[in-house]
Amino acid sequence: MKNIAIEGTKYTPEIKSDIQKGEIKFYGSSYPENANEFYQPVYDWVDKYFEQDGNKALTVNFFIYYFNTSTSKCFMNLLEILENNHKKGKKITVNWHYSEDDEDSLDSGEKLFMEIDVDFKLIPVNKI
Amino acid sequence: MKKIDFKELVYQFHQDMLANKFTLVYEGEITHQITKAFTTLAENKMDSYSEDASVKKKVFHVMVECLQNLSKHAEDLKILRNNGYSGSGIFIIGKVGEEDENYHVLTGNVVKKTKVPELEAFLDKINSLDKDGLKELYKKQMREGTLSEKGGAGLGLIDIARKTGEKLEYNFIDIDDKNAFYTLRTKILKK
Repeated sequence: MKNIAIEGTKYTPEIKSDIQKGEIKFYGSSYPENANEFYQPVYDWVDKYFEQDGNKALTVNFFIYYFNTSTSKCFMNLLEILENNHKKGKKITVNWHYSEDDEDSLDSGEKLFMEIDVDFKLIPVNKI
Repeated sequence: MKKIDFKELVYQFHQDMLANKFTLVYEGEITHQITKAFTTLAENKMDSYSEDASVKKKVFHVMVECLQNLSKHAEDLKILRNNGYSGSGIFIIGKVGEEDENYHVLTGNVVKKTKVPELEAFLDKINSLDKDGLKELYKKQMREGTLSEKGGAGLGLIDIARKTGEKLEYNFIDIDDKNAFYTLRTKILKK
């Protein structure tokens, strides 16, 4: 299994995974032309990751400055995949990082996690 | 055919844009390229007078969602265009208020009259809700999400109302038996 490595653009986030560490990270803004198509490889990667023997934990780190409503649906899909794996006994940690001075980013994070049963933390950082 | 006086027309456009404080007016097909170009333009412009970061983000957000809503209707409108309607939508951003301190985004596009009651009911519902109500509707829409898939306006409109804290001003103008022109105005106020 390979790591995921997508370079960021102005309108799509950088996405990097580290199988050794059990981590996947999103960094930047997200308003892709076709959000479903863009995030499909991420769903596939997460599915595959948990199918592999020994992969019992995953940390998901979000450093997202801005995302549109199409993206929020994709994040919700991803969180549902994580929730299902959590139910199967996998250890999932989700960290939503937001800029201290950016109320919108905190609010967006909170909104995403309202309905989902996974461990998550809202972490203030200096700047995204 | 009546001969068009282009110099008059251009001058009139120029005057209308200044009088209404419109900074950008676009009529035509909305693509992702257009969305990227317009948002970059607006960002650079707002940076040039050091606009407040939270206002900048709100304007950006409203622009992306409005442009996306327009682009999702493009398919319908291409068919319409062959029947004589031009463009898939109009997009305007401008300043408003006494000191030019606030922004508004205006859009217009042709919709089938059969879709108007559903859209109108949805917009009225959004306008009737307070912050918590909008949060609930957002959650519901996120779970069901069908309108957003089909109409392209579900989550985006709720989110615009949530983020701006303003009512959505809309109107439907009769075009003919089958079609209406749907206009939407969103305000982004500095508070």
